[in-house]
Amino acid sequence: MIIGLDVGGTHTDVVLLDETGLLRKVKVPTQPANLLESVQSGLHAVLRDVAPEHLERIVLSTTLTTNAIAEGKLAPVGMIVSSGPGIDPELFRTDRHYYPVSGSIDHRGREIQPIEPSEIETVARQLKQAGIRQVGVASKFSTRNPKHELQIREILKDHFDYIVLGHLVSGSLNFPRRIATAFLNASVYPLHKRFFQAVRRSLADNGLNLPIYILKADGGTMNLEASLEYPGQTILSGPAASVMGCVPYASTTAASLVMDIGGTTTDMAILVQGSPLLAPLGIQLGPYQTLIRSLETLSIGLGGDSAVRVVNGALRLGPDRLGPAMAYGGATPTPTDALFVLGHDRNGDTEAARRGIAEVAAALGLPLEQTAAVIFDLACREIVQAARRMIDAINSKPVYTIHELLEGYRVTPGELLVLGGPAPFFAARLGELSGIPARVVPECQMANAIGAALARTTCELALFADTERGIATAPEEDFYQPVKADFSRAQAVRMAVDLLRQKAIREGAEPDDLEIEVLEQQQFNMVRSFSTTGRNIRVKVQVKPGLINRYRSVTDSLARTTYAAAAVTNPI
Amino acid sequence: MLTAATKTGLVFFPAFDWAISPTHPEREERLLYTQDQVLEEGLLDIDGLVELKPDIATTEDLQRVHFCVPDPAAVATESHLISAGGAKSIADAVLTRRVRRGFALVRPPGHHAMRVVHGARGFCNINIEAIMIEYLRARHGVDRIAVVDTDCHHGDGTQDIYWHDPDTLFISLHQDGRTLYPGSGFSHELGGPTAMGATINVPLPPQTSEEGFLYAMDQVVMPLLKEFKPDLVINSAGQDNHYTDPITNMNFSARGYAELTTLLQADIAVLEGGYAIEGALPYVNLGIILAMAGLDYSKVREPDYQPENIRQSRDTGDYIKRLCGEIQEYWKKCPGIIEKNRNTKKFAERERTIFYDTDNIMENQKEKIRVCPDCSGVLAINSWTDRGYHIHAVHIPRKACQACSELGYQWHREANARAFDRIFLQDRPRELYLARQG
Repeated sequence: MIIGLDVGGTHTDVVLLDETGLLRKVKVPTQPANLLESVQSGLHAVLRDVAPEHLERIVLSTTLTTNAIAEGKLAPVGMIVSSGPGIDPELFRTDRHYYPVSGSIDHRGREIQPIEPSEIETVARQLKQAGIRQVGVASKFSTRNPKHELQIREILKDHFDYIVLGHLVSGSLNFPRRIATAFLNASVYPLHKRFFQAVRRSLADNGLNLPIYILKADGGTMNLEASLEYPGQTILSGPAASVMGCVPYASTTAASLVMDIGGTTTDMAILVQGSPLLAPLGIQLGPYQTLIRSLETLSIGLGGDSAVRVVNGALRLGPDRLGPAMAYGGATPTPTDALFVLGHDRNGDTEAARRGIAEVAAALGLPLEQTAAVIFDLACREIVQAARRMIDAINSKPVYTIHELLEGYRVTPGELLVLGGPAPFFAARLGELSGIPARVVPECQMANAIGAALARTTCELALFADTERGIATAPEEDFYQPVKADFSRAQAVRMAVDLLRQKAIREGAEPDDLEIEVLEQQQFNMVRSFSTTGRNIRVKVQVKPGLINRYRSVTDSLARTTYAAAAVTNPI
Repeated sequence: MLTAATKTGLVFFPAFDWAISPTHPEREERLLYTQDQVLEEGLLDIDGLVELKPDIATTEDLQRVHFCVPDPAAVATESHLISAGGAKSIADAVLTRRVRRGFALVRPPGHHAMRVVHGARGFCNINIEAIMIEYLRARHGVDRIAVVDTDCHHGDGTQDIYWHDPDTLFISLHQDGRTLYPGSGFSHELGGPTAMGATINVPLPPQTSEEGFLYAMDQVVMPLLKEFKPDLVINSAGQDNHYTDPITNMNFSARGYAELTTLLQADIAVLEGGYAIEGALPYVNLGIILAMAGLDYSKVREPDYQPENIRQSRDTGDYIKRLCGEIQEYWKKCPGIIEKNRNTKKFAERERTIFYDTDNIMENQKEKIRVCPDCSGVLAINSWTDRGYHIHAVHIPRKACQACSELGYQWHREANARAFDRIFLQDRPRELYLARQG
């Protein structure tokens, strides 16, 4: 049996699954001030009499690190950055304890200027004096040559609790994002560590010594040990849980547009033949642009509980949520209240909902029912417009080869998968407005927890070879190997796949769940004075986000219910 | 997050799957390290720096500018159409005010491509700036345009296309033609009989460094721009004046390019040459992009940059001073020469041979222009190559008068079908492009 647990902003959703299907599902309110308590009460409710030996793992998705960043509750971090020529590194300052130091590596990984050990020692002393326990180190082009980051770590050694090196968090080029990524990993580290140690203790206290997996923003999982190395990967896992929950029902031939309509926001993502589309570089959260692998998602401030207002005679929805819908005891009218007025939703205080919408109707000078219809319609239109913007943005992304420009893949969704609380009420209208057939995902209020439970372990790896310099490197794995002049792209791909497999298994993957994909393989002849002097090879491979094979029967049984569900969920 | 002071568009199209030949300098790898630097610096994350997808130039875009022999498909591959299309994308973004200015970082280059195109010369097949400029005029109604060509090689293609156009000021700063391909671009080359002074050449001596370039900018380029009052300024931003470039002999630097960019304040920059792909391009492009976006570039420098080692000699400085003075004198005399031409000549002719070094073609050209009192004058070109191809082409300029327009059609009609393989007419006012088999 597997437990999937998703701590959301309002609810904590927990499911218990085995090969036969969904055994139990529980929704408990999230206590934002005490997420551990939310996890415990969710687990308690779903497990009840289940014997511990029947459980094989638990997969958690929490808003812990996301909230800490959004609320600015970050542990102080010492950042040591060596940039060499280029944009002034001072412009990427993270916080007070930010130290640009000497040292420079160029685009091919050649050392231009060494680091100055005494300078690092001085910084280390200052950080210790300031009581800093976490340190991030980032040097420009460290993904081409990590020498300086490694040297700096060697000097910092045992004086700190946690040291994160930029080249280990991502193989991609982007120095400012490398700095931000190292910083976020270091700044959420103490919080993440404390929380998950508490979760582990609490499980152990209940006799549950099972492996803990944590969901990442790319829709994959990692084991607790891997998360303690790079806790930044847990940021923004919430949207990923829902998207993975849609995978069993997605078309295997077309692209699917996923719309998760929550209370505060609607989150959107794209599945292409059942595999989620990834963001090209990484998460962006508040002011932080990172290299943390993530699904391509768009979140708009419009959900079932968004505040409805009339501003200068015009209706405005969201982007804020001021509490639950009036039908559920709130004080501000919401799109959910409009659904009550329209008679679609009945399990609440319809009178309160009517009172709320009546205020809006008075401000607009429209009859009550018409006002509710206008609110509902506007909500659907805004969601569809945002989806169009997202797809246009994906399709207008620049490409760098003639082949891709002329024949590149364009996303044109063939279906709409709608989930979240109000999904059954919205789906049909969203389908009409977008012109894309819409379906409500089965268990649409629990799909997020199911997605977390069944997500497989994912990871990515970049390999770079330069036969003129005679090297092949995979920075994230600290892999460095001399290669001969005839080292080929095919050999580079094989090398990358081997390294990726080892990494995935170390981070918790099961050998039969390694669906490996080559994301990128480029080879350039290096021409100097009209002759070829070497080859520059770049390879990027990933374990594709997807669901674990062993639970195919669960997903199949859930998928079978789709068509039955589609027939009844057309209330509008 | 970094924010650009000036909203700047960037088309980056390195054409990673195209080369002239496997070991040619114009190769797949050319912008690879520039890409690495651009990505590593996080330029595309800067707020106000917008990466745009290139368009693909159309046959009509080519026909506005060129007589492609025998036809556009024969001389321009997809890579050329995307390169020109990239320049068009930037132009559209600037003219629709999506961005304030923009840089088309594209390859292959175009500034050696002339009005008649029999093949590739100086790595260029079609003139990407001219295609963009004529597109701007046809679609966005722009009139007066200045092109400042800072490639190390004389922009002879752009010069040829605008030789007779008084509304396009073409200024080329380059290494003296006595010492470098294509061997033209001397200070006395000032434009055709009705457009003298709209072409300006500043042939700089080898080893000119930052000081000399910036002096020429200050003394020639900026004052001329001020007087010409263009609606748009375009920079043909070749980067082979760099002190490490393998096929030229100049001493310019990334810092110098960034300062030149800041001085010029071009609306649109288009990449041209530059073959020091590791030591120069990554830093020069970074400097240019930061300068265009109004961001600090004071820490951009090449790993081996030692200004004192590449400083120009005192003699070079004196030479440039004299040269700039001479050019200013020429410029002042041009309006009088145009008037005199109009009073004394009805037609003017010139004869040239043009060598296509990349494709190894020799072209002979006879050009005849009507020295019109009312417009820049209709133009007829008679061109044949050592491959035996012979064409007749008539260009009716954008602001042609009635008489020139009629004469153009007459020339086109009267061209002897048996004497030519192909007979072309470019009617810019009506946007009509005719070609018939001889």
